[in-house]
Amino acid sequence: MPVITADKLQDKYDVVIVGSGAGGGQTAYTLTMEGVKVIILEAGRSFDPLTEVAMFQLPSQAPLRGEKTPDKQYGFHDCSINSGWDIPGEPYTNASPEPESQFKWWRQRMMGGRTNHWGRISLRNGPYDFKPRTRFGAGFDWPIGYDDVAPYYDKVEMLIGVFGTNEGLENSPDSSPGVLQPAPKLRVGELYAQKHGKKAGAHITSIHRAVLTKPQDAETLPAKLHPGNAKAQGILADHMRSRAPCFWATDCHRGCSIRANYDSQTVHLRPALATGNLDILPNAMAREVTIDKQGKATGIAFIDKTTGREGHAKGRVVVLAASSQESVRLLLNSKSNLFPHGLANFSGKVGKYITDSVSSSVGAHIPAFEGMPIHNEDGAGGPHAYVPWTMHAQNRQGELGFPGGYHLEFTSGRQMPSLTTLNGIDSKSGSSGTLYGRKLKEEARRFYGCQLGFGAQGTMLPNDGSFCELDPELKDQWGIPVLRFHWKWTDFEINQVRHQQKHIREILESMGGKVSQKADADVLKSMKQGGTVIHEVGGAIMGADPAISVTNQWSQTWDVKNVFLADGAPFASTADKNPTLTIMALAWRMADHLMDEMKKGNI
Amino acid sequence: MSAAENIPRMDRRKVMQWMLSATATLAVRDRDAFGADAPIKAKGYGPDPSMVTIYKPGDVWPLTLTESQRRTARALCDVIIPADDSSPSASAVGVPDFIDEWISSPYPAQAGDRNVVLDGLKWIDDEAQSRFQKALADLSLEQQTTICNDVASAKPKAEHKKAAAFFKRYRDLTAGGYYTTPEGMKAIGYVGNVPSATFEGPPIEALKHVGLA
Repeated sequence: MPVITADKLQDKYDVVIVGSGAGGGQTAYTLTMEGVKVIILEAGRSFDPLTEVAMFQLPSQAPLRGEKTPDKQYGFHDCSINSGWDIPGEPYTNASPEPESQFKWWRQRMMGGRTNHWGRISLRNGPYDFKPRTRFGAGFDWPIGYDDVAPYYDKVEMLIGVFGTNEGLENSPDSSPGVLQPAPKLRVGELYAQKHGKKAGAHITSIHRAVLTKPQDAETLPAKLHPGNAKAQGILADHMRSRAPCFWATDCHRGCSIRANYDSQTVHLRPALATGNLDILPNAMAREVTIDKQGKATGIAFIDKTTGREGHAKGRVVVLAASSQESVRLLLNSKSNLFPHGLANFSGKVGKYITDSVSSSVGAHIPAFEGMPIHNEDGAGGPHAYVPWTMHAQNRQGELGFPGGYHLEFTSGRQMPSLTTLNGIDSKSGSSGTLYGRKLKEEARRFYGCQLGFGAQGTMLPNDGSFCELDPELKDQWGIPVLRFHWKWTDFEINQVRHQQKHIREILESMGGKVSQKADADVLKSMKQGGTVIHEVGGAIMGADPAISVTNQWSQTWDVKNVFLADGAPFASTADKNPTLTIMALAWRMADHLMDEMKKGNI
Repeated sequence: MSAAENIPRMDRRKVMQWMLSATATLAVRDRDAFGADAPIKAKGYGPDPSMVTIYKPGDVWPLTLTESQRRTARALCDVIIPADDSSPSASAVGVPDFIDEWISSPYPAQAGDRNVVLDGLKWIDDEAQSRFQKALADLSLEQQTTICNDVASAKPKAEHKKAAAFFKRYRDLTAGGYYTTPEGMKAIGYVGNVPSATFEGPPIEALKHVGLA
């Protein structure tokens, strides 16, 4: 079974999955390795990471030095095609004209989805992150705890390959022994921050990222991941041997043709296809979940973008992994007499409780780095270190004015120059005019690599003002009703960003850094807009009570037993961790449960 | 889709193609007729360009500068980034072509720079003529520097304010264009983008430089 066109669809599959990213990829992998027949519908085109990614191309080899444009919203060489916050023909709306009350929605219309261009930062949620109500008296407790997910974090990390160290930190969990790949050595800026940041209370340590730093252990890992399944072990062993470890060059956001870092196609879909149990239909824009008279899902109605024709993929089970809000949109658009307000929406909670990472950043010029001896610190194509959240005592005593916390990600070092590398050079060199000539060249060399900054990514608990619904009028180019968003920051997020800004400045100043940005009196101006971190989750949250949640602890909708969600939609809150690793762990756990239920004849 | 259904689509596509080529022709004629600051009518590279292709200015949309504007652009680039013992000048590595590509871009973010640069190049050439009776490109470095110092100054005279804003922007584009080339990367001290079997971390000299060894 391969990548197909719509006319090659089989009459019926065991499972129909919408979306080929982290959640859809993991679900397809888990199911097909166990012999389940699966079809994935992907709205974007096929994409070949071996031949289509631009790893070594220089900015001077791209139009406009590779700067962002409306066609390539993360820059020319970023591994995104047909993607963006604004896509022609695929609009969405916001109820409010005020920027702080708006949500920006990134769509990645390509095989592998958003896994093509993320930073590969793979942090586990900790025990507190699943129980915000118990711990902070706000938000909702998830119906699962860390111990339920921990074995799946181990499995996902072994499968995809994650480097990092175990630090024994509170609420930033360790992996089981032997799971993590070795962490790369820290760069000089990261080491310098590690030493001096202590004065400002920053504990700087190795980050966890989905990049191979050595070959995967194809001898032992497959048996651990697929005990008693010789076929799956064989496929996975072959696949692991086909991945090369990082060659310490090129930015991970560009994609990786040597298969050193994780993307869904490279790590999940290739072995899943090798089982012979997977079909993938690209260019298929899902429109609605179809149901029978008893209210059971029968499949997905979609539009074949290559012909404009309607199609229908049929299966015993439907798994939505289209990205959290696209899955929500599918549910809301699946209206019928049985489900007049959208599928699985008896609670009225579909579309509610969207959250995103709470984020702001500050950068500084570090004079100690001026004139640094020239050396290559490309490393693993992204950060090697980060600042985990450690202020749990202050949290507990309620001193901070916000629940949860945030971690800090570095931008530092002698990265490949871009069009804006020399920004601010006049003030750095103490000139109030415009430098040029030989002096400019000298100063460029002296100041290159001296910029260091931190971006914060923090907890957001759900609130009643951050949600989406169907726009009453607007439809996309396929005639599918679009989403209308509402966004609200509460005092929790505003207090957190105020803390972020202050704390980052303290860390930078502990390094002797000169912060160029003025502290913003209006904290909303420092905050990244909702959605712009591209970590949005929720909208079909899991819970213990069907009256106030959309799915149970298995991401299975309460109202339709054979509909599951495998993206971020079931997240009951955003942790101070990036969501992708948790999406994969929950998808694997969901798929195991799904197979149990199929075996028992419950679905 | 049946053949019958295809017919109106084909026609529509043909009409679109015809319209596009007509627009492109018009764009070229506009420039001839009205000078270089006619509005951009070319299209961008679209949401699914080949990322691995090596592009050069002019490959995706037509360029703007006339030969005499290009002479001025080259001269000004080389005042801003001159050659020295270890690295070439900005014009030697194609930076004027990049600036031409930039101001010819069909995208909104570059639209504001178009007139800033075109007006600025005209201003600086006129200034060269009125002060030294020659084009900027034909002046000595000393003469070029005299003009540039006036507009690079922290407090330009009132009549130089607009030119100073141009000079700052042109400097940023020249420097950004330069340091994103292989020669510019070498000049600034970027030595990455090279595969390696291992990553050894910072060298001892770098650690010593910041007091970590």
